[in-house]
Amino acid sequence: MTAGTTALLEVEGVSKGFPGVQALADVQLELRHGEVLALVGENGAGKSTLMKLLAGIYTPDAGTFRLNGRELAIEGPRHAQELGISIIHQEFNLMPDLTVAQNIFIGREHRQAGLFLDDRALNRRAQELFDRLGLALDPAERVEQLTVARQQMVEIAKALSFDAKVLIMDEPTAALNDAEVDVLFELIERFRTPETGVIYISHRMEELARISDRISVLRDGRYVGTRVTAETAPSEIISLMVGREISGEQRPAPRQPEGEPVLSVRGLTTRHLLRDVSFDVHAGEILGFAGLMGAGRTEVARAIVGADRRESGEIRVRGRAVAISSPAEAAGLGIGYLSEDRKQLGVLLERSVRENIVLSSLRDYASRSGFVRDGRIEATGREYVEKLRIKTPSTAQLVRNLSGGNQQKVVIAKWLVKDCDVLIFDEPTRGIDVGAKEEIYALLRRLADEGKAIVMISSELPEVLRLSDRIAVMAEGRLTAVLDNAEATQENLMDYATRFSSEGTIAR
Amino acid sequence: MSPTTTKPETGSTGGSTPSTSAYAAIEAGKPRFAWLRGSLQQLLAFASLIVIVAVFSFASPHFFTANNLVSILTAATVTGILALGTTFVIITGGIDLSIGTGMVLCGVMAGVFLTYLGWPLWLGVTATILFGALIGLINGVNVSVLGIPPFIATLGMMLIAAGLSLVISGTKPIYFTETPDFQSIMNLSIIPGMRFPLGVAIFIVMIIVAAVLLSKTILGRYTFSIGSNEAATALSGVNVRRWKITIYTLAGLFVGLAGVLSASRLSSAQPTGGMGLELEAIAAVVIGGTSLQGGKGSIVGTVIGALIMAVLTNGLRIISVPQEWQSVAVGIVILVAVYLDMLRRRRG
Ligand SMILES: Nc1ncnc2c1ncn2[C@@H]1O[C@H](COP(=O)(O)OP(=O)(O)OP(=O)(O)O)[C@@H](O)[C@H]1O
Ligand SMILES: [Mg+2]
Repeated sequence: MTAGTTALLEVEGVSKGFPGVQALADVQLELRHGEVLALVGENGAGKSTLMKLLAGIYTPDAGTFRLNGRELAIEGPRHAQELGISIIHQEFNLMPDLTVAQNIFIGREHRQAGLFLDDRALNRRAQELFDRLGLALDPAERVEQLTVARQQMVEIAKALSFDAKVLIMDEPTAALNDAEVDVLFELIERFRTPETGVIYISHRMEELARISDRISVLRDGRYVGTRVTAETAPSEIISLMVGREISGEQRPAPRQPEGEPVLSVRGLTTRHLLRDVSFDVHAGEILGFAGLMGAGRTEVARAIVGADRRESGEIRVRGRAVAISSPAEAAGLGIGYLSEDRKQLGVLLERSVRENIVLSSLRDYASRSGFVRDGRIEATGREYVEKLRIKTPSTAQLVRNLSGGNQQKVVIAKWLVKDCDVLIFDEPTRGIDVGAKEEIYALLRRLADEGKAIVMISSELPEVLRLSDRIAVMAEGRLTAVLDNAEATQENLMDYATRFSSEGTIAR
Repeated sequence: MSPTTTKPETGSTGGSTPSTSAYAAIEAGKPRFAWLRGSLQQLLAFASLIVIVAVFSFASPHFFTANNLVSILTAATVTGILALGTTFVIITGGIDLSIGTGMVLCGVMAGVFLTYLGWPLWLGVTATILFGALIGLINGVNVSVLGIPPFIATLGMMLIAAGLSLVISGTKPIYFTETPDFQSIMNLSIIPGMRFPLGVAIFIVMIIVAAVLLSKTILGRYTFSIGSNEAATALSGVNVRRWKITIYTLAGLFVGLAGVLSASRLSSAQPTGGMGLELEAIAAVVIGGTSLQGGKGSIVGTVIGALIMAVLTNGLRIISVPQEWQSVAVGIVILVAVYLDMLRRRRG
């Protein structure tokens, strides 16, 4: 940290309101030279809003910004870029139909005669950038062809391509696996110089400990305080965030699966990854799927619901063999899949919270003559807003106006309302704050107790252990173990997750 | 201050049913063989064109002759030029319903400039084309500054243009009595010993201009970018409003040119008609694989689409299918083309 009296970036007394919501009230923040400042808070605390103010997307109702001691107004995204403020947004922010290089340099293309573009030069520039950053991306590939993680890497590369002084990252790791997170952290370390600083937003406590120097906390749009990371226990940060104690973790009581499995999968194989995957899920149980990213857990879900083609294998629902060729068919058979893709959620952004919540079960909310019963929709909407602590002024709020984490809760609510026998959750708590995580855990447990069969894919081992009655472990597209919760530990799960048939092929 | 985000597609699939929106989210996870996508529809459209041409060539000896091929091109010229301009608008995720009647209004204005006002040919033609650009400019402002959805904004303009054509012309055709050369713009034969009209040559030049604009220039890049993710484009510091106005104005230039050519072809400005032409042009664009969702499309595709429509109409006439049935056939082609396109997307 450079000794200097002025901070790199100072925010003072900033307020921002939206109709019905005071997103930020009298917030302050100080980013020092050369530091990584973590910004944490519950879903809807105002983190993204504050960052959007810095990126020139919103204008503050009140307050001042100072960059290197100089007070200034940020007039728009372009102005923010020119000031050296670069941001990776929480929501998907690429043009899928353009190539990687075109995305990175959009708005900054070199033109010949004011009009013509040279894509070859653009690709070369992008390649230079990737070489410098040590990223393996193909500049000429179209973004829609990339996996979500690689798309995220493109966004990161784009943010780093500006000659930025302040780098803002709004939940950059939500789609990344551990190895990719390592790459990201390396990039951050390299970006960090005595002239620069990083604001880093994340819900993952262990990341904050690794990367940040200090942690600032927002709660309900207010600034709560800042702590030096090295001197602070995670529990202190959490209680600053949520303003209450979070119940400790415990494992589920052992139970015996009863009766016929609701979903039974035999010999599931896909062309690219899955090899002979077989398992059963019973009513009333939560089957956790553990494994490294790329082990094939998501692929299992996608192949079951027909989003990917199956090469071979049999799927039985309540003992009856079924041929599922699309997620819609799967839903018709009572199998719901909540996708892991967090940047392209299954929500209608322009519709209200309550409409989204009842959307997939709308038929249950119509009278026999076909009229929609708004009263019941409102009641259900309100019920789930409360259950999941969705932060919104009312159930009539447009989903677009919710914070990222709260949008996700709406997606979860949607599948909870729909009466599925089998629910497959792919990373259900990614991007969700610690308090709401507990609510979601409790809800999953309750659903299982009500007799639903639940499959939960999670990359967080503590979460898998905390919640699953049985745990399936995958490596390289194969199932390497199915353990009862009682016999599972972080260590043996990790061991099974790294049982590779061939040497050193962790790569995708 | 906040960027205009008229398109909800950033995070969802708009107004589709829940299962399909969940589906799209899942699908977005791992697209495979996407590299084939872009070219496949064009290949498909091109293959269909070849097949249709082959079928007609077998069915009638009068079809595959130099003269008939030129008349197909001639027939494709006006709709084709409209389709070229509107391809840009559609790739941004917009639509322009005013191009048909707008073209008619431009024809009438050509009559006003050249016959009523007696302007010299070059000036009248230039003014007509610029008048088309003015229509596009107004569309662009309505869409991107006032925020009126493109469908509504251009629907309004479509009715306004239809009405103005009648008002200005007094519902009667205007003949180009002062500038007899006007009809040469479309009809002048430029290849000795053969009827190859200048209008077709202009069409070909416009194809090249449009193709270069779309694939090699900043304008084309932002056209795709806006259609692909308007909000993200705005966040990247691109002045989306201004570019959308530019793109609608460009489409207007093509409308103006089409107005000149169609009036030239008939040697008169007919104040009626034009309605329905916009749908033909849009059909050509869609057959050519340009997505109405925006973000995807090509000029080559549009040209093939326009040719398919022209070949069908021409061929069906040559093999003596009554005119009523020709429209049925074109309708079926549109449905098949779009269905194949959707299949391709779903399989992706
Ligand atoms: N454009 C908007 N219109 C109305 N309300 C909004 C808008 N943007 C944000 N809000 C509201 O402001 C509050 C703060 O949202 P913000 O996105 O900043 O939260 P966050 O801290 O980033 O949460 P998360 O962890 O879920 O991303 C939320 O209650 C949200 O609903
Ligand atoms: Mg946020």
